[in-house]
Amino acid sequence: MRSLLPILAVVAAIIALWYGATVWLNSQWSYDQAARAGVEISFSEMVSDTMAQERPVLPAPHQVALGLWQGVAGQKITSKRSLVYHGWITFSATMLGFAIGTGLGILLAVGIVHDKAMDMSVMPWAIASQTVPILAIAPMVIVVLGGPPLNVPPLLSKAVIAAYLTFFPVVVGMVKGLRSPDGMQLDLLSTYNASRGQTFWKLRLPASMPYLFASLKVAVAAAVVGTIVAELPSGAVAGLGARLLQGSYYGQTVQIWAALFAAATLAAGLVVIIGVIERSVLARMGMAR
Amino acid sequence: MNWLWGAILFWLAAWGFNAWLARQPVAKTRAVRLFVPALFGVTLLILWEGIVRGLNVPGVILPAPSVIWGTLKSSVPILWGDFVQTILKGALSGYLIGCGSAVLTAVMIDRSPFLQRGLLPVGNFVAALPIVGIAPILVMWFGFDWQSKAAVVVVMVFFPVLVNTVAGLAATDRMQRDLMATYSASYWQTLMKLRLPAAMPFIFNGLKIATTLALIGAIVAEFFGSPIKGMGFRISTAVGQLALDMVWAEIAVAALAGSAFYGLVATLERAATFWHPSQRGR
Repeated sequence: MRSLLPILAVVAAIIALWYGATVWLNSQWSYDQAARAGVEISFSEMVSDTMAQERPVLPAPHQVALGLWQGVAGQKITSKRSLVYHGWITFSATMLGFAIGTGLGILLAVGIVHDKAMDMSVMPWAIASQTVPILAIAPMVIVVLGGPPLNVPPLLSKAVIAAYLTFFPVVVGMVKGLRSPDGMQLDLLSTYNASRGQTFWKLRLPASMPYLFASLKVAVAAAVVGTIVAELPSGAVAGLGARLLQGSYYGQTVQIWAALFAAATLAAGLVVIIGVIERSVLARMGMAR
Repeated sequence: MNWLWGAILFWLAAWGFNAWLARQPVAKTRAVRLFVPALFGVTLLILWEGIVRGLNVPGVILPAPSVIWGTLKSSVPILWGDFVQTILKGALSGYLIGCGSAVLTAVMIDRSPFLQRGLLPVGNFVAALPIVGIAPILVMWFGFDWQSKAAVVVVMVFFPVLVNTVAGLAATDRMQRDLMATYSASYWQTLMKLRLPAAMPFIFNGLKIATTLALIGAIVAEFFGSPIKGMGFRISTAVGQLALDMVWAEIAVAALAGSAFYGLVATLERAATFWHPSQRGR
């Protein structure tokens, strides 16, 4: 908890900078409005005006907080204006994709560790695929899967993107983890005459857990980003990404920022939840550091 | 149907050959290490071609690789224009500005343990957030042209590079710093001769992560508004016209550009950190 004070100081500094930028970026509009109305406004009037514009260039932190609060608590959660409703749409697609991607990733990693040919042919591509901007194809996948011949529901087609982004970090991390037992440990199991399956269940899988959780944390953040980008293309009406896009079409900056913070909270919350699960699982397995 | 069976047959044969090759003693050589994944890639392409032709998959769902290749060859000027707009102007300039300012910021906050303790958790937190979401805001501020894309890229690459650089600057141990102190080296001498070189492996780790982020940022930002060129613009309009061969051609360009960008940074890394154990081993 020693670092609590510095963190609070940095956060306070960011908020202060934000307020400064709000005044600076929004002042032009205030002066223009005043000039159009034919009145002179003093500096303090200008400052108070920049904090309360309806469509500011940069909304002040309290406006965003208010927007967020109204989005979360000010509506029925089934309302189309509720951030909980949009957040749930994004969350469910993310989780579905995350589960599919994690499952497939672990399966492929097990295959790679046990089959030399698979290792040699698939692994370079799995690593190379990390350098490719996969996210760029998200809109196409949505349009193609959701289109007339296939008619995949949007939940599933968004989950495909999230699964794809989850898949590769999990594969790479799991392969590293399943390979992490050293020669001594593997030798011990072979002196016990353990079969490959026994070695897998009793040594390789437990040893891979820290690696799995490290990649799950990366993967879940990527899955949220993937789902949000997947919600951008035309046609999506629900979800935090669609909310962002609508806000940008209609110049509703407060709405954009509120959706952005909701997305950030969602991503951070998921990472924290995985961190908590990691800590308790590793503690139960006697691996906590 | 012949196409389909041919492709499946080829797949099985290639798989068998790869499995056989992996069990041979030559599997350790460099040539085989390159050949096996290459054969796997070719197999995927042939399987794709065979499935599309054999099952008569319509081009609006999945065009065959040969069709994509045809589009790629016939629309080189368009693709080159998009490449210049998105990668060279948007992604690269944003990458340089973002990484440069991140390294400078890291060096500055390195002098203050208070700031380090405060900024590192915040930086780590921000690095996990869906930062692409600020794209619509930045497009609103900086206009539709490449400047707004560069701004998105700056924000996206800043925090991963910052966090890695700060970690890298802390990577020297007491003994090494004491040695510099016995030489009566000044702060800047220690920084330039010991700590920055020692931080290089970490910095390059951040720079490599940032290459992919830069391309993603530049392309996704174009979905929110762009002039009538650029890879993100082309992808979103071509999807609207169901011209999927064009989309896949752009994706191929993006994949090539991403790998080349990453390869470039990895080469620089090898040149700059030749002394590090992870590089010496090879």
